[in-house]
Amino acid sequence: MLKLDCCRITNGGFELSADLEVQTGARVAVIGPSGAGKTTLVEAIAGFTPVSEGRILCDGRDLTTEHPGKRPISMLFQDGNLFPHLSVAQNVGLGIRPNLRLSAQEQARVSAAIDRVGLAGLSDRKPAALSGGQQSRVALARVLVQRRAILLLDEPFAALGPALKTEMLDLVAELTQETGATMLMVSHDPSDAQRIADHVILVAEGHAHPPAPTEAFLNDPPPALRAYLGEAFTAS
Amino acid sequence: MAGRAEPVSPWPGIGAALVVAVLILGTLAAVAVRAEAGPGFGPSDWAALRFTVTQAVLSAVLSVGLAVPVARALARRRFRGRRLLIALLGAPFILPVIVAILGLLEVFGRAGWISTALGWVGMEPIRIYGLHGVVLAHVFFNLPLATRLLLQGWQEIPAERFRLAAQLGANGFAIWRLLEAPMLRRTVPGALAVVFAICLTSFAVALTLGGGPRATTIELAIYQAFRFDFDLGRAALLSGVQLALTAAAAAVALRAASGEGFGSGLDRAIRRWDGHSTMARWLDGLWIIVAAGFLLMPLAAIVLAGLPGVIQMPAIVLRAAATSVGVAAVSTLLLLAMALPMAAAVALGRGQAIEMAGILGLAASPLVIGTGLFIVIHPYADPFDFALPVTALVNAVMALPFALRILVPAARSVVERYGKLGLSLDMGGNAFFWRVMLPRMRAQIGFAAGLAAALSMGDLGVIALFADPELATLPLQIYRLMGAYRMEAAAGAALLLLCLSMGAFWVLDRGGRWHAET
Repeated sequence: MLKLDCCRITNGGFELSADLEVQTGARVAVIGPSGAGKTTLVEAIAGFTPVSEGRILCDGRDLTTEHPGKRPISMLFQDGNLFPHLSVAQNVGLGIRPNLRLSAQEQARVSAAIDRVGLAGLSDRKPAALSGGQQSRVALARVLVQRRAILLLDEPFAALGPALKTEMLDLVAELTQETGATMLMVSHDPSDAQRIADHVILVAEGHAHPPAPTEAFLNDPPPALRAYLGEAFTAS
Repeated sequence: MAGRAEPVSPWPGIGAALVVAVLILGTLAAVAVRAEAGPGFGPSDWAALRFTVTQAVLSAVLSVGLAVPVARALARRRFRGRRLLIALLGAPFILPVIVAILGLLEVFGRAGWISTALGWVGMEPIRIYGLHGVVLAHVFFNLPLATRLLLQGWQEIPAERFRLAAQLGANGFAIWRLLEAPMLRRTVPGALAVVFAICLTSFAVALTLGGGPRATTIELAIYQAFRFDFDLGRAALLSGVQLALTAAAAAVALRAASGEGFGSGLDRAIRRWDGHSTMARWLDGLWIIVAAGFLLMPLAAIVLAGLPGVIQMPAIVLRAAATSVGVAAVSTLLLLAMALPMAAAVALGRGQAIEMAGILGLAASPLVIGTGLFIVIHPYADPFDFALPVTALVNAVMALPFALRILVPAARSVVERYGKLGLSLDMGGNAFFWRVMLPRMRAQIGFAAGLAAALSMGDLGVIALFADPELATLPLQIYRLMGAYRMEAAAGAALLLLCLSMGAFWVLDRGGRWHAET
């Protein structure tokens, strides 16, 4: 279970409060108007933005002051998820050993992950020789070998076309189902939430609300969300 | 969270910055302690100060003044070879001073091309030694730099403005008043300050073309006090004056100058709709031809004069060349060992102090550091035994400001783009530095290393202070051959030095970009 215990996150002049719990294995969409602090929330969980008050706990373990790399968290960013000068296998291998000195067994894990995301045979390619969708798959393969309890997605598929994006979301859903990881996904598109998230965290007006079940939430949106979604979505 | 998590450790960079600061400030302190002795600032010292400032002002005004029409012509004309010419404008930066001086002598000297031509029509040969010779050499070096700085200003005028001006029917003078004059008001002061600061520390030019009581710069006076009179007190006093002067000029230059003339994309042509009159075309063409001729003639002269000398290169020249290659290699490694960790630390936002340490190299003069090191080493060992290591070290410190300007933006973008990813993968400082930063910065590292190697290869500064008769780098050997009036051998050696400097730059710069994925 991921718990944000009376957290206050300050990022420049911006302040966000959060007091919420996410069940293990849940798939949660973080939605809200742009500039409301969705990224700030996930970056605080990942350890890139300091928490000025309160604590972040994962299964009872206090993460609040942990180094980002030591937290049980893997994260995909909006862009720059791969190193262009490293091959697919090396980019994935970083998830096991950042110095890339992999044992034979670990290398086998890397190839298994590459096969699993559907990139068999492309291990030696550099990212530039892959399509956008394939690049996302490499990043997901790395998440697989990292075996961390929590996966944070900060709109990593935003640059992909609609069909590719759904394909990636479905793959994420499958992978988290297999690994049992808890997933938090930043999105500005409620249909993403409908597709793969069972819960929604609304971030609006300086506050991150506790997760609510997706269906109920979208069928009867709170006023802040209604304003963001506009009439078109709520009518449908 | 207690501290901000950082993808690489800033400490090696902070350590390197400390070493640089101690080296520059420590040698200065050593100099200052010795400076109290002696009769104070004599009339010849005042003359040196006056000459230093006068020649720097003249050089700056002439270089930038001439650069305005040249840059304007280059900015609005498209012609075959334009790219090459603009690339060539960057060459004087890494051109060994002694080579350029030999080339200038071949063209403008007593027995040079122009004097010979004047002789045909019964006129006196021109004299190149003294103030005008020093200024001529400085304009040769700094006209290209000033042109690049101003050209950058022209390129930064948005293309839409020219389109709008054309739409409004503005031409010639109107464009000048609307777009170009305001841009120049911003860029010219910076260019003036940069050239002025560079010319203040002129040593090799003054050593070869100046001299005598009426054409001695402070740097040259330090050298003379040290080398001829072994008057450490006076050398130290002059060093203090020089440092105050260059520090002030460097501070002004840094404030006034935004670009550094290294910017890429200068060969990009902006589409313009003005300047189509025949007169404008002719004038622009004339400026480009005159400027190109002024820059290319001395280079052509050195190649022509050097070729006969290449065939029978004296053994002493070859030995000096080997020494120079060794010094340049060590100096380049030292530079990278300092500059890379410093760039990483600056990229992490530990900027101010470290960048200041790097910039100190701009304010410090090589001869001042050299004098200081001599004073420090003197009580314990024979400083002349350390001539080569000291030269390599001082060359590296001198190249540091330029290397940082090249490396820091690249390091910043790596940290910005991949810092969080590295952290979230728990890469640790070492893995991030070696696996991510260095490979991602390869092109810039190659460029900086190339500059450092070429600058060190062609440097005639500290080595003149320290070397005994048995030992010489190639530039010093050329200077000695000139002093012995063995001009043919000097020209041959200069051609060799030219090839070595440019070759070192080319190899390292190319090596950095070879198969680099971006």
